[in-house]
Amino acid sequence: MATEGQEHPISIYLKIWILLFVLSVGSYMVDFYQLQGFLRWSLILLFMFLKAGFIMAIFMHMVWERMALVVALLSPMIAILVFIAIMGYESDYTEASRDIFFDDGKPDKVWAVPHGAHKSDSHGASIDGDHH
Amino acid sequence: MNEPSTTSIKPLPDGMKGLTHDWASDQRAFKGVPWGKAMMWIFLLSDTFIFSCFLIGYMTARWSTTVPWPNPSEVFALTVGGVSVPLLLIAIMTFILITSSGTMAMAVRSGYQKKRKQTAILLLITAILGASFVGMQAFEWTKLIMEGVRPWENPFGAPQFGSVFFMVTGFHGFHVSIGVLFLFINVRKVWRGDYDTGRRGFFTWQKGRYEIVETLGLYWHFVDLVWVFIFAFFYLW
Repeated sequence: MATEGQEHPISIYLKIWILLFVLSVGSYMVDFYQLQGFLRWSLILLFMFLKAGFIMAIFMHMVWERMALVVALLSPMIAILVFIAIMGYESDYTEASRDIFFDDGKPDKVWAVPHGAHKSDSHGASIDGDHH
Repeated sequence: MNEPSTTSIKPLPDGMKGLTHDWASDQRAFKGVPWGKAMMWIFLLSDTFIFSCFLIGYMTARWSTTVPWPNPSEVFALTVGGVSVPLLLIAIMTFILITSSGTMAMAVRSGYQKKRKQTAILLLITAILGASFVGMQAFEWTKLIMEGVRPWENPFGAPQFGSVFFMVTGFHGFHVSIGVLFLFINVRKVWRGDYDTGRRGFFTWQKGRYEIVETLGLYWHFVDLVWVFIFAFFYLW
């Protein structure tokens, strides 16, 4: 059926192709000139979202699709964003735990001491700060 | 204008029969989209979740480790003429994949114009570019394995670096390889004129149509799309 086909002028594909090249050069330059800090990650994200957006919109024809399909495909991304937030929080907590309890891969702080045992404990710092 | 439709609805079956009846009923949500394309989109949505889980796992590993993360800019640098160029191979791979996306988009267009030879040639160029991407990835894997990178350790820093690298790029490379395989299959089919004559496929027994080129194109652009995120988060970050 001709009505179901996606046919668009070749010029738009070529323009997007060139644009994607330029954006890729931009993101490579971020690393080439060793930008750091806010400028680095903001530019990486900017170029990434622009590239991803143009690929989906033009190459994958999403701007010409019906709203029902676009919403069905894009709304589940909310779940991914929630998952990113959860795991970001979780990794902060994990790192904090590792900072507190581990050193060179070995536990160096006693976090629970049996009653009467902590006085004779010759290695490691006990929680009441009773160093020998 | 129409009569209230409730009068024309037959009583619906209940229980298991009702379940199969409702799901098998002739309803269509995605109007104006061939079913193969809608199914490809739904597959790509599930694939998005797979790659998202990989990248979120990578984020969690990298943020939670107390050992410094290796600097990808140095790990993936290539020495050309005595000068160390950061991420050179990765940049070339990125440009190759974008170029192959461009030729794929033009193949889809040629397909709908029923230009048989042009479509086949553009698909062939796409397939060759995809194959060269996989080849460069194989080179990169070899280089890193020679340098002692393993899924459980590496000489540069946090041991999780190796497992993330092999899993994420391996899964992506596998997607590219499958894409290349299907591109070559479609080059043959288009060249033979299957999509003009409606010759049935050897596996699905569906009639050949040029829409198949667009469905294949969606998969190929998705592979490029995933690489955009891997490039940004794994190689540049």
